[in-house]
Amino acid sequence: MSIAATQKRGFGAFLWDYITTVDHKKIAHLYLFGGGFFFLLGGLEAMIIRIQLATPENDFISAGLYNEMITMHGTTMIFLAAMPLLLGLMNAVMPLQIGARDVAFPFLNSLGFWLFMFGGILLNFSWFMGGGAPDAGWTAYAPLSTQSPGHGVDFYVLGLQISGAGTLMGGINFLATIVTMRAPGMTYMRMPLFSWATFITSVLILFAFPALTVGLFLLMFDRMFGSAFFDVALGGNTIIWQHLFWIFAHPEVYILILPVFGVFSDITATLSKKRLFGYTAMVFATILIAFLGFMVWAHHMFTVGLGPVANSIFAIATMAIAVPTGIKIFNWLATMWGGSITINSAMLWTLGFIPSFTIGGMTGIMLASAVADYQYHDTYFVVAHFHYVIVGGTVFGIMAALHFWWPKMFGRILHEGMGKLTFWLFFVGFHLTFFVQHFLGLMGMPRRYWVFLEDQGLDTGNMVSTIGAFLMAVGVVIFLINVFYTWAKGNKAPADPWDGRSLEWAISSPPPYYNFKQTPLVRGLDPLWVEKMEGKGEITPAEPLGDIHMPNSSILPFLISLGFTIAGFGFIFQVDHSAYLILVFAGIGLALLSMLIRSLKDDHGYHIKKEELEREAD
Amino acid sequence: MTNNTNTNHVDSFEKRKKKEEMKKQLISFALMIGFTIIAFIAVAADVMEPMFVVPLILILAVVQVAFQFYYFMHMKDKDHEMPATLMYGGVWAAALTLAGLILIVWW
Amino acid sequence: MSHDHSLNPETMPQEPEKATLEGRNKFYGLWFFLGGETVLFASFFGTYIALRNSTAGGPASTDLFGLGLVFAMTMILLTSSLTSVYAMYHMKNNDFKKMQLWLAITAFLGLSFLALEIYEFTHYIIDYGFTFRSSAFGSAFYTLVGFHGGHVTFGIAWLMALMVRNAKRGLNLYNAPKFYTFSLYWHFIDVVWVFIFTVVYLMGRVG
Ligand SMILES: [Cu+2]
Repeated sequence: MSIAATQKRGFGAFLWDYITTVDHKKIAHLYLFGGGFFFLLGGLEAMIIRIQLATPENDFISAGLYNEMITMHGTTMIFLAAMPLLLGLMNAVMPLQIGARDVAFPFLNSLGFWLFMFGGILLNFSWFMGGGAPDAGWTAYAPLSTQSPGHGVDFYVLGLQISGAGTLMGGINFLATIVTMRAPGMTYMRMPLFSWATFITSVLILFAFPALTVGLFLLMFDRMFGSAFFDVALGGNTIIWQHLFWIFAHPEVYILILPVFGVFSDITATLSKKRLFGYTAMVFATILIAFLGFMVWAHHMFTVGLGPVANSIFAIATMAIAVPTGIKIFNWLATMWGGSITINSAMLWTLGFIPSFTIGGMTGIMLASAVADYQYHDTYFVVAHFHYVIVGGTVFGIMAALHFWWPKMFGRILHEGMGKLTFWLFFVGFHLTFFVQHFLGLMGMPRRYWVFLEDQGLDTGNMVSTIGAFLMAVGVVIFLINVFYTWAKGNKAPADPWDGRSLEWAISSPPPYYNFKQTPLVRGLDPLWVEKMEGKGEITPAEPLGDIHMPNSSILPFLISLGFTIAGFGFIFQVDHSAYLILVFAGIGLALLSMLIRSLKDDHGYHIKKEELEREAD
Repeated sequence: MTNNTNTNHVDSFEKRKKKEEMKKQLISFALMIGFTIIAFIAVAADVMEPMFVVPLILILAVVQVAFQFYYFMHMKDKDHEMPATLMYGGVWAAALTLAGLILIVWW
Repeated sequence: MSHDHSLNPETMPQEPEKATLEGRNKFYGLWFFLGGETVLFASFFGTYIALRNSTAGGPASTDLFGLGLVFAMTMILLTSSLTSVYAMYHMKNNDFKKMQLWLAITAFLGLSFLALEIYEFTHYIIDYGFTFRSSAFGSAFYTLVGFHGGHVTFGIAWLMALMVRNAKRGLNLYNAPKFYTFSLYWHFIDVVWVFIFTVVYLMGRVG
């Protein structure tokens, strides 16, 4: 169990270590790797879309394949790239920030990752089998989704159901961790903003995902078992899907954005060498955004015909969210005001985020106006808006966080020059791609169309957009080169490369597998900074050195997820032949058996002995 | 483990407290059964207007569920602040979901 | 820290389910899970209410539902909630035998409930031809009530596993939180049923 033994072993052992790990730092690596893989896949799909739309009446890909591309691009980026990357960052950083040795449910944490990964793989198997990928849009509106031929939408349903269950587990795990495992003195109002964001995001996951779960069940039953939820002939109602989907999917956009608000808050304070301006206001703005985020879903349904009263209520509620969001923008600016700002890659992404996201927020207010939305609805204006918030917000935030916490997560510092080059290429490419889409939309270009006609004023704009997309792609490639370069010969990171303020910078980079040798004592907001100001520079321990309790690794999360995935294939193909029901029973059997083993076999974990800790050099 | 002040005196005090608690549980159970019977009779008797009987049985259900949460599941006790907060959060999201699906699906 | 978590009257903490960090984590984790389940069932209820009149010419709720059977099922499930309260009472008094007895009664009541539910469903299918595919109402009814039934089934399986696994070794600080979280889950199933008998059956009779 000692550290030396886990290093310097073969690739098989390395793989086994990661497959069975319950260590939140390794699970973070897995999430980043898995999410990164799907990000590249979704990016590839985006490039194919942009190539198809580069010139009028292009036939680079067929109309049917185009529908599959847009569906898979959206689905992949939201569920399989952005969310896992954020969950990875939360796993890597949050326990360290609150001074915890572990998360509340290490086993569930691992299970959550494997469910996500297998769900994503299942979804992408649709490219090779069952007659093509899902093609009903990432929103999968009924009856388009119930009528879609082949198995594409079946893969969508099962893939998202499995990975969604994993996300829900991740959320519950983070909630319990923050409630029970904060270090002594780490009160709620001393938590770094990223940990606060993790907490509130987990609440959103907890309350939003069940609506998706139900929606997916209804769609699954309609497509596979002949129920009639969305079958108008038997009294069904397709609007139910839209409600359930958006009751989930609007909070989902806050699940994507709140964590990076936390990232930017921590980065801004650290790299401006100032305490975060308006800490309390930032916390309550986060809570308020989450609260309001549940009351606005129908702004995606203004043109459905809900009537003027419903539309007005949802329009006003939507506009209200601009207030807490504005509070945050001003607080970041005020934090930088008069600070001693270090402009490195992480800070560049932060500085780029503020104007980009503000543009996305502004078009959000425009879209919130129900009367004007009839004009914008389903045009490229909407596409431009949500890419400004999701790329300009979430992706910028993930990139900032990666540059900021890379040393802590991997023990090496990313190359600054390449980091800055990535930023500038991506930043310029991003605005080229999406700014012009606002105007394409206002000129009437509908979203999701395979081709557009020549000489309607759309040619130049689309060409510019495609050129921008290539710039972004080059930026991403340079980031990948940076990652490999850093892995091979990057500079070893010190414990505290940015003169940090929170607890994660008080321990080595990367941290030992037990995180804190002695649980830290937190004596104020920005605990490490407090100690630095008092001339100590290191955290006061809250306890004498003693044995540390650790959880055991387990293969069961992998097996449970594998079981559900096998069952997923069975569900999809039993429509064609009932023999596939064998897969359903075998898969669920494997999952239940693994769960039973987990339940019956006591797992008390193990202890790292005090003597062993003393032997390790500080 | 926790406080090791397990003198017999404390023990009997704790026992009494638990007995007292159990009595409350039984009273809440009796009330829950009572509410259920009232609800069934109100519907079975078929003498009241639907306009009246539907809100009545819904209120009875909500009160009964409150007993279930606060007594059977101990939400009234200490250490339940976070569970209560998130439970009410869930009820809030649930209420919005119900409102959406009931009010603006058919119009 | 000692590895021996077994309990005797001297070492018995007042709340064995929350005496360890693992116990507190389980306690909070299950409560939060129930918060999510609230939204899950709200979505099913909302769907059901939206579709309860969509009978497509098939049987309607006023044709189908009888109150006698539902009343019996309700009494059984409510009582099983009380019996699990008794089980937790004996757990806190460190009386393992009595706890197991009350849990066994809980499991028995749960199984009786399930048997009645299966009888009810087959009755609708055979005598009325009212199935999952008959109408949007049928789909919504079987899905809502069926998901509750699925929760009951899972709860019974969970309880059985717990009882069998711990039958020989008695109560300790490792398994006390497991029993306690089970009881929370079981109460929540009862809560859902209260709304099912009110919204589905009673309101279905009123029409
Ligand atoms: Cu929205």
